Amino acid sequence: MLRHLMALLTVSLLAMPMAASAQTDPTSDAPIAGTSVDDAPATSTGRQTLEDILARQRGEEPRNPVRSEELGGDALSAPGMGPLGASSDSDIWRQIRFNDADIRNTTLNPTGDVLVQTGGIWWEDFREGPLRTYGGWLLLATIVVLGAFYLIRGRIRIDGGKTGTSVLRFKFIERMAHWVLAGSFILLGFTGLFTLFGRKYLIPAFGHEFNSVLLTGSKYIHNNVSWAFMISLLMVFVMWVWHNIPDKTDLTWFKQAGGIIGSKHPPAKKFNAGQKIIFWSVIVLGVSVSVSGLSLLFPFEMPLFSHTFEVLNGWGVSGWFGFDALPVNLAPQEEMQFAQLWHAIVAFLMMAVILGHIYIGTLGMEGAYDAMGSGLVDENWAHQHHSLWLEHLQAEKPGKIRTDPAE
Amino acid sequence: MKAMLSGFVAIVIIGVAAYFTLESLGFSSQDVYSSPNVRVD
Repeated sequence: MLRHLMALLTVSLLAMPMAASAQTDPTSDAPIAGTSVDDAPATSTGRQTLEDILARQRGEEPRNPVRSEELGGDALSAPGMGPLGASSDSDIWRQIRFNDADIRNTTLNPTGDVLVQTGGIWWEDFREGPLRTYGGWLLLATIVVLGAFYLIRGRIRIDGGKTGTSVLRFKFIERMAHWVLAGSFILLGFTGLFTLFGRKYLIPAFGHEFNSVLLTGSKYIHNNVSWAFMISLLMVFVMWVWHNIPDKTDLTWFKQAGGIIGSKHPPAKKFNAGQKIIFWSVIVLGVSVSVSGLSLLFPFEMPLFSHTFEVLNGWGVSGWFGFDALPVNLAPQEEMQFAQLWHAIVAFLMMAVILGHIYIGTLGMEGAYDAMGSGLVDENWAHQHHSLWLEHLQAEKPGKIRTDPAE
Repeated sequence: MKAMLSGFVAIVIIGVAAYFTLESLGFSSQDVYSSPNVRVD
């Protein structure tokens, strides 16, 4: 009896496939039933085709419009997957990629359900490519140019040496604000560079753990020291803006190349044209890096670029350079990506300018450091570089001129 | 030199003050974007 039951079961099992519906032949060009709502041919569904693969191998872009419009089936319609209670992996990932998946999460971040942001790939490529390359070369080239200039021109000496009579150039509060700005900028610069270059250069050299500790510390320093930078930037602006308004003496300064080339020393007030360039560079770039930094410090709460691009498009700025109009409908993530790139680009420019400033304030010019060190400069130095300012002091504020030697 | 050192001390003071002020205001992304039921610390 048992033998007969077993035989019947075996025959039934062998016969079952015959009763099942025909399976899809993956090599067939025939329409695949159940892959989309309207049962369209495979080439118009979200599934990848041979042509797509060949196109990708030729270096062409995948046909995203088709992909994004046809996201494949669900658990029941995916071929062969329905009984398993799941849709195919490729369908799920395609839905995630085009933000069509039913993502549920516990974050309060309104952008938290975007798991794959295709639009950010160019940002990552740019950050890891041209930004690092050109930014790094800019700094290295600046250092090389300054080094070459030093070798050619040498240190700019005080003609006739020091007189022993000193002139008060900057008050304590001015010098302190300068050093808050300088110290915070150097900290921000180094921590920013670690963040940008750490993964590429520090991990291979020192390992992941070192880089992790360094970048965690860098993040704390960068986020919190930024406030000292912004406060001192405002102080410096308020204290020195009046002295940095361009005037006709700047033209003379430019004509004589600031006295750097040759032996002439053009007349100048408290700030000469070169210093005015440094001042306005620091203010403009500093404000720009601060605003983009605040946008990064408070993610998604200070979008800057949609509106800015709209204004620039209104002026037709991109057309001046032969580019298409700038994008104005930016996703929140794209806003952050533009903010990051702008922050880094401006910071690189500012670092290059400040390298020049540090050079001329220390190695490049005798007596210049005293202005920010003790605040007292030698009278001969003042006469050589700021003759109009010295004459003004001699006539109006003789109390600022001391006979005790400058430090 | 005093001005320089004072400036550097000011950076530290402002930085530490900024850290504690922002933390008390719930500035960090983990505070801003996560509800209490997903934080274990």
